[in-house]
Amino acid sequence: MEKPRLIREDGLRHDGRRPNELRPIKISVGVLNKASGSALVEYGATKILAAVHGPREIPLRHLLLPDRAIIRCRYHMLTFSTHERKSPAPSRREIELSKVIRESLEPVVMTEMFPRTAIDIFIEVINADGGTRTASVTAASLALADAGIPMRDIVVGVAVGKVNNVLVLDIDEVEDMFGEADMPVAVAPSLGMITLLQLNGVLTRDEFVEALKLALEGANQIYRLAREALRNSYLKVRVEE
Amino acid sequence: METQEPRRVLVVPGEAIVEGDYKISTPNFIIKVGSKYIATVVGLAQVNEESKELSLIPLEGCYVPQVDDLVIGYVMDVGVTSWEVDIRAPFTATLYAVDFLGRPVNPAREDLGDYLAVGDTILAKVEVFERNRGPILTTKGKGLGKIVHGTVVEISPVKVARVIGRKGSMHQLLEGETGCEVIVARNGRILVRCPNKELEEIVIMAILKIEREAHIPGLTDRVKEFIIREKVKRGLIGGETKTD
Repeated sequence: MEKPRLIREDGLRHDGRRPNELRPIKISVGVLNKASGSALVEYGATKILAAVHGPREIPLRHLLLPDRAIIRCRYHMLTFSTHERKSPAPSRREIELSKVIRESLEPVVMTEMFPRTAIDIFIEVINADGGTRTASVTAASLALADAGIPMRDIVVGVAVGKVNNVLVLDIDEVEDMFGEADMPVAVAPSLGMITLLQLNGVLTRDEFVEALKLALEGANQIYRLAREALRNSYLKVRVEE
Repeated sequence: METQEPRRVLVVPGEAIVEGDYKISTPNFIIKVGSKYIATVVGLAQVNEESKELSLIPLEGCYVPQVDDLVIGYVMDVGVTSWEVDIRAPFTATLYAVDFLGRPVNPAREDLGDYLAVGDTILAKVEVFERNRGPILTTKGKGLGKIVHGTVVEISPVKVARVIGRKGSMHQLLEGETGCEVIVARNGRILVRCPNKELEEIVIMAILKIEREAHIPGLTDRVKEFIIREKVKRGLIGGETKTD
């Protein structure tokens, strides 16, 4: 693939977005009926399905903790989610992302309410177009909320990148591939807590401060949408006549 | 529309309900951060400004056992001196043979499978529930013990309060309108015993309707209308059927 023009002459990005603009975001909650909770989240072309089971007792007793629930998280990309077929076996990257996503959710989930149990989160990437880990965090926390598991806040994820020396919000695959830096952030906005912060590439100190500010602004926008989606899943149910 | 004295709002996790000093009646679902009260689950928050009381009715969630809860359980395993019972909680419950039989048991002489086998249904009460051990059930009490007839309907445990209604109004309505015996267990399993099959179908449909529309006001009236309409449809009482 050839490097496209990432920032056009008019200052817009290759897909026509302003640097501080998110991709169109779609969120639906409670899309599956066998799981305790589920959510489908789309950041542009990135599409993530998350399902939550539990809290439940599991046969692997040695894993359980006496004072709180454990969270098990599996991030997985479907074979058709990428340009070339992705092997369904968990890769090094997927194992790492599972851990990173789990750790971004652990601070908000009130696991102490369910000692000796396990909460399972399954995340499937249906279509990957950059920012899958951040969309996964959003989807997983909404699925947890849909399962009725007590949480201190909803966590939302968003990435900030640097392309052609411009800081841009919510980067997609092309910008990630040809850009200079990629910084995924997960935030619990009401608590004012950052639960995930990674940085790939190089940012100066000033750029980092600026990038974090941009990420928090983006996270707040997504947070509003997420809360709205969660509420709508109840308001939608109408009285049958 | 039902008239409500306390203010009711739909909240989601992380949402601040009110600021100030309030008494929390549902501590599992509300936390205090600074001076703000924050909801931890999706639910209906009730704020009573007069008595400064705050509560949250969850709309989603699993059953968390509490002492004295009436539960319907399925026997999952037969042990030497106890049974393991599924009560839809994150934890498996235990029913001791001493409690169920009311006498000491000699494991060498008798097999507990003779009294309760895997798959049997029991109506029990939670006797003890501590954090470091699973819940322990008791069948000592009126009407408790093995269930031998009737049908069990499963609904979401958080909707149980709606099936009972305020001061048992919905429960009375279900029993009164259909003549069925309805036993509502806290873990979202409801036992219905009816004089005939038609009435049983109506009760089950009504219960499922309550579950679906639990958060919409005016539920009792709608359910009453629903039962009457279904009865007319099945020819149990006279009257005109409105076509849907």
